[in-house]
Amino acid sequence: MIKEFFRSIYVVAYREILRFIRERSRLISAFLMPIMFLVVFGAGFNRLIGEISPGVDFIQFMFPGILAMTVVLGSLFSALSIVWDREFGFLKELLIAPLSRTGIILGKAVGGALTASIRGLILLIFAPLIGINITPILVLKLIPMILLISITLSGVGFVIASRMRSQQGFQGVMNFVFFPIIFLSGVFFPLNSTPQIIQTLSKFNPMTYGVNALRQIFFNNINVINPNDKNVQPIGIEIFGHITTIWENIAILATIGIILMITATWMFSKEE
Amino acid sequence: MEIIRVKNLHKNYKKTEAVKGISFSVKKGEIFGFLGPNGAGKTTTINVLCTLLKQSSGEAYLDNLEISKNQSEIRKRIGLVFQDTTLDDYLTAEENIKFHGYAYNMPKNLIIQRTENLLKMMDLWDRRKENVRSYSGGMKRRLEIARGLLHLPKVLFLDEPTLGLDPQTRRKIWEHINEIRLKDKITIFMTTHYMDEAENCNRIAIIDHGKIIALNTPEGLKVDLGGDTIQITAENIPEAKKEIQSLKLSPTIRDNNISFQVQNGGEFLPNFVQNFKQKIHSVELRRPTLDDVFISLTGKAIREQNQNSTEQMRSWRNRRGMGGNR
Repeated sequence: MIKEFFRSIYVVAYREILRFIRERSRLISAFLMPIMFLVVFGAGFNRLIGEISPGVDFIQFMFPGILAMTVVLGSLFSALSIVWDREFGFLKELLIAPLSRTGIILGKAVGGALTASIRGLILLIFAPLIGINITPILVLKLIPMILLISITLSGVGFVIASRMRSQQGFQGVMNFVFFPIIFLSGVFFPLNSTPQIIQTLSKFNPMTYGVNALRQIFFNNINVINPNDKNVQPIGIEIFGHITTIWENIAILATIGIILMITATWMFSKEE
Repeated sequence: MEIIRVKNLHKNYKKTEAVKGISFSVKKGEIFGFLGPNGAGKTTTINVLCTLLKQSSGEAYLDNLEISKNQSEIRKRIGLVFQDTTLDDYLTAEENIKFHGYAYNMPKNLIIQRTENLLKMMDLWDRRKENVRSYSGGMKRRLEIARGLLHLPKVLFLDEPTLGLDPQTRRKIWEHINEIRLKDKITIFMTTHYMDEAENCNRIAIIDHGKIIALNTPEGLKVDLGGDTIQITAENIPEAKKEIQSLKLSPTIRDNNISFQVQNGGEFLPNFVQNFKQKIHSVELRRPTLDDVFISLTGKAIREQNQNSTEQMRSWRNRRGMGGNR
């Protein structure tokens, strides 16, 4: 049983990675889209907006957000690929193999997380161009964070995918799920300066905690340098007057992720 | 030796009863066919036998294991080829096969060896590095059969194995299936609604509205129908008729043809012609087809019922090419 479970994860994740490498268009778009965002938004708004925190200008502020967006886009797509598999029949090949259903779902999530990390690491190449120093320690801290964000957000994808029978629903999901998740997570602007309603909504968005945690990894020393400077907005999410630390962000993200994954595997195993 | 044993199997969906209590058994090494129109319960039964569905009641055993209670063990013992392809188009043929090997926990060297054997047997070895996307329908089906056989299953399930393929490809696939069966001594369980395809089976169960209404060899089913039809034209029809009646047969005359039914027409005919005293112009022996059997059992032709849209297209495509075959 246990062996079957891990084999399922391995086999399914293996295929996800194989396909990721195979599909050039996916690889290229994964690469180009965030660059586009960085160049268009970053270069365009950078002069207008100036520094968000001392020593952090807009494009630098946005960079962790773009990284999170790249990861989330990848993991949502890999989760939704289960709909693709269902429509084109391959899911049946998985379901009749001696594999565990939970293992198949987790394999998809792990495969998606690994490919998302590859996308994320590719993006880090551009960090020095906008004045962010990449150190080996930073990369080591980023990888587990990227994996966590990816697995949690693919949970959202799985819950939706378990109810979808055709790819036509894809477009709807992109509009109604992906964009709100992105825009309500503080990728493009600091949430502290948005209207109350957006701030409230954003607190229910798992990605908010992911983006925030990534920012805290990139710019962890800002608040420490100027702890008493009232003009510096701390990086963190205010919940009942408390500003979250990185570990609290991670804990919230992981909790949401576990709930989503349990829901997804339960819905999937119910499927005949 | 029985490999599959089904007793009083029922399967209900929310409101409809798809399978209404069927019992049958499949012998080791035979080709067992389920013949029936769409919606008769063929695919539902296969899905129960291959662990994709749980029966509502009744028992089903494969290799002496109760199927719903030993899912994982059953899955290792069976290979499946579905109506619609279940290949990953974005991977090569070889990658699809290897993935299957990993999923079934086969040792690496066995995967390599079996992949080579099977792809060569299916004439796909030269194109193994190509993406499946570039394959034709027949190649995809052959690849799926190869994949279904990779893990040395005891039973190979073929759900409408040649649906939507042209006659030449269908014949080729059947050559392959027969080759495999002799080589690997494997049991084949198939469903079809093509009569000519059902002729390949050792035994056929005819299923309609969720029930088995006949189970026999193709020959047996035809014999049950009352044998073959012989039709002759003679110089003197009334005299010829009298002579036939003297053989204790009941001839009928239509359009200057005399026709009558006999058991085993092939053996009857040479003697009949030799000893017949009247002058005969022509003789025609017509064996009953499974179509005749199906019509006599259900009161309707099997194709009249295939009227959903995708099916229509498929059967049209097949009917177009099938004329010469029948």
